[in-house]
Parts: sequence; C-alpha cells; structure tokens
Amino acid sequence: MHHVIIGAGPAGVTAAETIRKHRGGDRITLLGDEDAPPYSRMAIPYYLEGDIAETGTYLRAAAGHYDDLGIDLRQARVGSLDAGAKILKLDGGDELAFDRLLIATGASPIRPPIEGLDLAGVQTCWTLADAREIAKRAEPGASVVLVGAGFIGSIILQALVAKGVQLTVVEMGDRMVPRMLDEAAGTMLKRWCEAKGVRVLTGTTVKAIAKPEAAKPAAPQPEPGFFARLFGQRPPEPTAPPAPVDETLKVTLDNGETMAAKLVVIAAGVRPNIGFLQASGLELGAGVSVDDHLRASAPDIYAAGDVAEARDLSSGQFDVLAIQPVAVEHGHIAALNMAGNPTPHRGSLNMNVLDTIGLVSSSFGSWMGIEGGDRGQLLDEAGWRYLRLEFDGDRLIGGQAVGLTEHVGMMRGLIQTGLRLGAWKDRLVKAPERLTEAYVATAQGIK
Amino acid sequence: MQRALVIDPGKCTGCKQCELACSYEKEGVFNPAKSRIRVFDFHQNARFVPYTCTQCDEAWCQQACPTNAITTDAFGVKNVNDSLCVGCKVCTIACPFGTVNYNATTGKVIKCDMCGGDPACAKACPTDAIVYTDVEQAGYDKMAAWAKRTDAGAQAN
Repeated sequence: MHHVIIGAGPAGVTAAETIRKHRGGDRITLLGDEDAPPYSRMAIPYYLEGDIAETGTYLRAAAGHYDDLGIDLRQARVGSLDAGAKILKLDGGDELAFDRLLIATGASPIRPPIEGLDLAGVQTCWTLADAREIAKRAEPGASVVLVGAGFIGSIILQALVAKGVQLTVVEMGDRMVPRMLDEAAGTMLKRWCEAKGVRVLTGTTVKAIAKPEAAKPAAPQPEPGFFARLFGQRPPEPTAPPAPVDETLKVTLDNGETMAAKLVVIAAGVRPNIGFLQASGLELGAGVSVDDHLRASAPDIYAAGDVAEARDLSSGQFDVLAIQPVAVEHGHIAALNMAGNPTPHRGSLNMNVLDTIGLVSSSFGSWMGIEGGDRGQLLDEAGWRYLRLEFDGDRLIGGQAVGLTEHVGMMRGLIQTGLRLGAWKDRLVKAPERLTEAYVATAQGIK
Repeated sequence: MQRALVIDPGKCTGCKQCELACSYEKEGVFNPAKSRIRVFDFHQNARFVPYTCTQCDEAWCQQACPTNAITTDAFGVKNVNDSLCVGCKVCTIACPFGTVNYNATTGKVIKCDMCGGDPACAKACPTDAIVYTDVEQAGYDKMAAWAKRTDAGAQAN
C-alpha cells in the first residue's frame, strides 16, 4: 500500500506520522514544494523577530526524523491529479502512482487588486522565503506599510514592531482582526497599537504601489561662467556621485494620501490551493469538499488542513478553517481513515490566539453569538481587558478574550463538550470573569 | 509505570499549601498567582477543588504545538522544552482544560511537569487531597472520560 501526501505542513506531517504508527509496512511519500524541511508558518513571526533561527521553525527538530520513520520526503510540486487512474503528474514530467492520497496542499496568500504588487519590496508573508525577504528590508527605522490587519497581518505586526520599523497598518475592515474579534476587542487592539507608536488606518485600502522613477541624470554643465572666462580657468568637473539605489516605494491610499515605504507587506488573507485539481473531477467548493471521514469525492482520496472544506463544529456546516490546530486534527483523523481505522471527524472548532505587542487576545467558536442566545460581557477599557461569552441555552458556544492568558483553553473545553452550565450560566451572564470557576464547578458537579 | 497526581477534592481544606509549594518550586517565589496548580474555592458550598494538568494521553497541547516543543517522558508527563517553544500560545487555546498558560516574563508557556517525578504540591498537601500514585487509581478514569468527550475525532487507539 502506497500512501502519498501532498503538502508537508502540519496536516501532512501529522498524517505521515500517524499512518506510520498504524501501518508499519506501508510505503509513505510526503511531497513538499518549498526549499526547507517541513516547518510551521506559526513560527515565522518569531523567526522574523530574530528570536529563533530557521531551524526553530521546523515542525520536527530531530535530523533524520523522516528517514527514521521510513517516510520518503521529496521536494516536488504536483501539476495535476488523475483521480480515476490514481496518478499524480509532477512538475518536470514525472508521474507518481498512489493507492491512497491525502491532499494537504494548504493555502496561498490572496493578491488583492492593488497596482504594483510585483515591485521589488512588495512582499506577501506566508512562506519562509517570504520571511527571508522581509527580514532583509525590515531594518530599524525603515518605513513599512502593512496591508491587512487580519490574523496573519496582526501576528506579523508584532514582529515588525520588534524589529524597530516605522509601521503603518492599512486595514479595509472597521477594526483590527475583524474575523476573529468583535468591535469592542478589535478597536481595543487598534488603540493599543496606536499607543505603542503604530499608525493604524482602518476602513482604508491601498490603491496603488509605485516605484518613483530614478533620479534624472545630472543636467549638462552650463557654459563656464563669467569668472571662469575672466580668469581662463574652468571649475573642476563635479564628480558624479554613484546613483543611489532608490528603495523607496510610493503607496497611495484610497483616501488620496500617499506615503513612502521601503517595504510593503501584503497580508490580505489566504485561499486554498486547489488550482491543480480543477480538471481532477473532484468536487470542489472553497476548498476540497470532504465528508465526515475527510474523504474527497473520489475513492481513496482524502483532504486535510487549510485546503479541506470540512465540518465546522459551531455551524455544523462545511467550511475552510485555516488554523494550525485544525490542520493537525484533520491530518490525524484523515490518516487514521487512510490506515484503515474508520474514524469520524465530528467537526473542528475555530479558535485563534494572537499576541499584539504584548496584548494577548483569543477567540473561540461562535464568538459573535447566535440569535436568541444570551451574552456575558466585561469591558475594561482602561485595564486593556475584555471578555465576551456567548450562550445557546445554558451551553457556551463562543467566547473572546483580550488581556487574559490564564486558563483560556477552558473556553474550548466548554464549547467542545457542550457541557450544560445550569445555574452557572446566569452567573456568567452577569459576571463572565467567573468562567474558570464555572468550568471547574460544572466538571465537579458543584451547583 | 505511569504515575499521576490523583486529586480528591473531598479531602481539600483550601489551605493552598500546594499553590505556595508549586510557585516556590517552579518560580522561586511564594506567590500563588505563579502556581501551576490552583485551588478553586467554592465557599458557598464549602468546597475546594485543586486543579492542574492531567497529563492526558494524546495531549491536545502537544498535538497543536507547531514546533514539537511538548514532549512526553517515560512517566507519561508532558514537558515543555523551552529551547523549542517559540511562545505562539496555540497550546494555551488548544488545551480544553486550560492548564497550559503563557508566561509573559519568559515568553514561553508553562504547565505542570510533576516536578520531574517528585511533585511539590503532593508533598505539601497535609490532607492527602493530592497524592502522587499509579494512574490506575480511581479518579483518573473520570478525567480520561472527560478528555474523550472533548476530542474532535477519536483518540488514536
């Protein structure tokens, strides 16, 4: 049995290891198209900041990890899939046959409709290669424009600030991380960033990025002047200074404002890598459509991670949840199924945690709440603290927190188990800060 | 042989010696806020519940860690390797028990590591509400069942 996994991110690596654990003798091929060993994009900000070396981003630190497990890790890019014949066509012409396939090709940055995205100095921030480019230009004092204050933008923001750049953030939404935090929290983050010297423009878009034309060559020297003619001397020829490498980009916003930048970082979101599957016959939505065993629409083909449109626990719908813990969860469950241990995927919980220049925020599940549900909310603007809990009946279904790092995982525990809070629910509506108490009490049967 | 902290809230008097012992052992200060075990005080019910990491078998914190910084030792204890932890905090939201927490001072996450096999909390507990013993003891099964309910799929078997 030959298992082929396309994509060597967290989903792919977890899947390869899980298959190996359960199928000692099977052949496993893990394909990655980047120039580094499997690494974690979650670690990129810490690499950018200079906290860790590139090796610190690796998913598995031990040299020989994949060899030791008998996982054939290859650098290759897949051009297309013939689902019926079970053959992959690789770029370069090779073919690779499989018995079972996992599509874990992840996502790629969205290129927003901005003129000038291809200029040197305009950089997405998604891969290690991107991070290397950003690190080169993000020198202390350099003007940097960050386009997008979603999750990825905000997590890079921290690294850019740490590098000492002059940062302007341009976000088209009305607040920071609009898909992770509500208005109160997203606005608090914005205020926090501004207090730390970052300019944050919300409700704003970048229209164009341009490279001003290089300075014109020096005008021809005028004829010798009066004194030169009088004294018969020509002034010494000015030695032309070497033309400076003009690194400055001109960024134009939709409100007409322009600003100079040495670096423009584009973080406008990501979308699943399904382009190579267009002719495969597989059912595709926003990502690869899968069932409750993470099976795609053709036999023996599975999908996991950022590319999979799998069940969202909160909505019950099939959706792409492009976050690290979900990638690992998918990879694990898809691999159990590939290894012949039928394992249902009950649905994954959307959750995020973000450190914005020291202010930590997190959100879980249906943090925006549902119609007819109750809410507990605690806003402490001066203390940089926020907690909002959302309920369906006496069950917690979503939550978000700013400035809170102790026991935040309990929100996941309560949401995912659907534990009934009973009398504690009303207490939490009045005083959401009693969340940890409510969790322990409910688990212990204390009314 | 796997050993675990077995906690019997019925025996806890709320003296919080465990919190002091833990914070002193792990952080060098007598500061309950820095303890990795916490005693919840339900005074209206006259109940106290010591609470810490259960070192679950296929730990969510470990699985979610993007840099493989959380490892399992021979006794089943999940340890954070500070040289590999980048401080991304994904484990703190992944752990459904909320027992991995971020330490802003070090920029790393911290959790109960059973003091390398000699847990200070259990030694400090005067009423045997916290004992360090074989995992087969009663109490652990309840936690394991609770853990299973939280999983997105099945635990690998």
